[in-house]
Amino acid sequence: MKPFKSGPMKALTLRLQDELFAIEAESVREILDLVPITEVPNAPPFVGGLINVRGRVVPLADLRVMFGMDRPPPDKDTRIVVIEIEIDGEPTVAGVLADKVHDVTDIEAASIEEAPRVGMRWRADFVRGIGKRNGGFIIIPDLGRIFETQGVRTASSPASEERLAS
Amino acid sequence: MSFPDPTETFRQEARELLEQLEQGLLDLEQNPANDDLINSTFRALHTIKGSGAMFGFTAVANFVHEFETAFDQVRKGQTVATPALIEVALNAKDHIHKLIEQPDTKLAGGEAILVALRAVIDGANAPAAAVPEAPSKGALIELDLDMPAEAPAPATLADLTESIWRIRFHLPGDALVYGTNPLLLLEEIAAIGPCTITALTDAIPSLEAIDPEVTYLGWQVDLTTAEDPSAALDDVFMFLRDGMELSVVKLDGASPAATEPTAPAIAAAPAPIAAPPAKAPVATPKPAKAKAKDTPAPMQEAKAAQPAEKDKAPASSSMRVDAERLDELMDRVGELVIAQARLTQIAAMSQDGNLKTIAEELERLSSGLRDTTMGIRMVPIGTLFSRFRRLVHDLSRDLDKDIEFITTGEDTELDKTMIERLADPLVHLIRNSVDHGLESPEKRLAAGKPPKGTVRLSAVYAGAEVAISVSDDGAGLNTERIRAKAEENGLITAETKLTEQELNQLIFAPGFSTAKEVTSLSGRGVGMDVVKRTIDGLRGSIDVATKPGAGSTMTLRLPLTLAIIDGMLVRVGNGRYTIPLSAVEECVELPDGVEANARGRNFLDIRGSLVPFLRLREVFNTAAPAEPHQKVVIVSSGEGRVGLVVDQIIGNNQTVIKQLSKLHSAIKSFSGATILGDGTVALILDTAHLVGFGQTYVDRNKSEGKAA
Repeated sequence: MKPFKSGPMKALTLRLQDELFAIEAESVREILDLVPITEVPNAPPFVGGLINVRGRVVPLADLRVMFGMDRPPPDKDTRIVVIEIEIDGEPTVAGVLADKVHDVTDIEAASIEEAPRVGMRWRADFVRGIGKRNGGFIIIPDLGRIFETQGVRTASSPASEERLAS
Repeated sequence: MSFPDPTETFRQEARELLEQLEQGLLDLEQNPANDDLINSTFRALHTIKGSGAMFGFTAVANFVHEFETAFDQVRKGQTVATPALIEVALNAKDHIHKLIEQPDTKLAGGEAILVALRAVIDGANAPAAAVPEAPSKGALIELDLDMPAEAPAPATLADLTESIWRIRFHLPGDALVYGTNPLLLLEEIAAIGPCTITALTDAIPSLEAIDPEVTYLGWQVDLTTAEDPSAALDDVFMFLRDGMELSVVKLDGASPAATEPTAPAIAAAPAPIAAPPAKAPVATPKPAKAKAKDTPAPMQEAKAAQPAEKDKAPASSSMRVDAERLDELMDRVGELVIAQARLTQIAAMSQDGNLKTIAEELERLSSGLRDTTMGIRMVPIGTLFSRFRRLVHDLSRDLDKDIEFITTGEDTELDKTMIERLADPLVHLIRNSVDHGLESPEKRLAAGKPPKGTVRLSAVYAGAEVAISVSDDGAGLNTERIRAKAEENGLITAETKLTEQELNQLIFAPGFSTAKEVTSLSGRGVGMDVVKRTIDGLRGSIDVATKPGAGSTMTLRLPLTLAIIDGMLVRVGNGRYTIPLSAVEECVELPDGVEANARGRNFLDIRGSLVPFLRLREVFNTAAPAEPHQKVVIVSSGEGRVGLVVDQIIGNNQTVIKQLSKLHSAIKSFSGATILGDGTVALILDTAHLVGFGQTYVDRNKSEGKAA
């Protein structure tokens, strides 16, 4: 697990179902309204789609799959956060679905704690830490780990359902 | 606008010339008496020397000059191009290459090569080496020349049986601007035979009228030689013939003393040569070199003029373009094609006749532009093949195996990027063929084969692909040893059942080598996995065919291009997919009967031949309701064919191929994705994979049929 830099962490906060997540602002390239998603048959549900980001074909990831959440169809608040991430040492642009995007905020390093080993619904190695803000928790996912695990993990959830396609 | 570095231009040109030289030498080895080959080889040398001196590569020019002098013996028919000579010449060529790539480092070894070269030549002709060792070197160096090349041979007046030829010439007025060094020309003339050189100063204007960049001097050379020097002079003035005045007259067998005042004749070479430099500081300050650095523009013109003057060489007007710019162009065209597709879509929905016309016009134009751009990037694979001749030549020598190397299909064109990336894999494959594949001459004889082994390299178009194969008539792969080795490495277990094809593919596993001994060339087990990876990266595949005792063939199948293809857009459920049009053979309706008993019989009867078909709806797990009338798109790849059942055929479109990210690279049915006119992404079907998939389907069905 990468240690956090000292000082506050600038992060984009977004909501997935009932949980608040934070993604390091540095890795965020842009935030898009929902665009048509092309389903990739036989792809694992976590990266079941492709989108067009300014002429580039970019995989769309759904973090909710990795955190075992429900996946209701997109609504008016749904956004796509385009991030740049290293996968096997190769910089890759990927989209991440968000049920709602909140704001960019500073999370005090002091308030971030390591994810507890027990009492968590999710795989501990997917969570880099948990921050606190306004009395609530913010989950800081380990995106590198999640994206790399994707290749190893077999699709355990039901076969990719029909999604908004063209 | 910036001018490219002239030195870099020279390097590029020299690289090509060296390649030409190497080809010439290798051809010459096969065919030592061919005058055309000898001449083209000589011309390549001469051009390297000329432009080398022009761009300040003095070491190169000096070395090539010696090389040239030696090689001249071959050209004159005084020496035969023996394999030994070719060997030394190839070494010399490598040395020139080094000199050009590292002009600032002192490279040793040049002298040794020249000594070897002279030794080989002298075997047949002793005086050849004597020429460069003329005594008056010192005098020339004192004159502060750029080129400390050999001095002219001393004029000997003793031999009066030879004729004297009077050569008078004036160089073109712009010769200095284009980098000609008159001194070098004089030296070359002097190398033909003993001579007397006099400067003709009558054309020099008064000091205030002098243009320092113009040659006013002319020269008169009395050359003593037995044969007509015209041909030799043609070479000297190879690049200057157009603008210059040149007259060659045979003086009537008389002694030079009778036609010339005694003094210059006795003083011989050094004194007359001293005359022009005396005037040079005024008339021609700093020739060639300074010009080359200060004014790149005329340099470029000179470059453009040169190919036209490369006389007999097959001339086609061409220009050098930075590869990066071509890539950029390709990207732009790709974007244009996407934009055009959107326009077409909007026009189709509109009622505006004008808009429709423009959209159609633009479609035509952009498809033309695309084809042209693609065409620019296509390079005949022969450029790559020719490189391997040297490789085989060297391997043949190092391994002491007599090898015939046969290439076919050199004019097969492939995308430039593809060709560049193919070089390494092919080197590995050829090395493997020569090192592992071909047996030693003794073993070959024992096996009843001719002692000379054959390695073939060929390229052919096969549908939307190019198949490049490397084959040898050696021992073939030893499947038992592969199997044993794979078990030893833990790649498979003793129980694993593999088809022959699967077993052969094991050689591409990392760290796999069946060679019993590690040689300097191969056997370390690195290489084949790299080959495999590179070919996969190019969306290609490798087939291995082998026959014990008769040799093996590795076939690389590669797509023609990496950038844009014509596609057929189809719909399956709610998804749209693109099939490369070049792979599509025909489209038919799925007969109702087949639809009715869908189980068990997944074959279509296409004009008498059975074609398996895949329901893409099943392959893609589509849940949306099916169209009542399904279509079948028959696609082919290599040998096989397969029908793809789709819901609807939408139409043709130009497709800019975008690679899928690592996250989706595991899904084999798609070779990439593209962006459609409405901005959505469509996946491109990997026909080769689907055909293979269909084929296993057939095989399985067959075996089931047998079982039942």
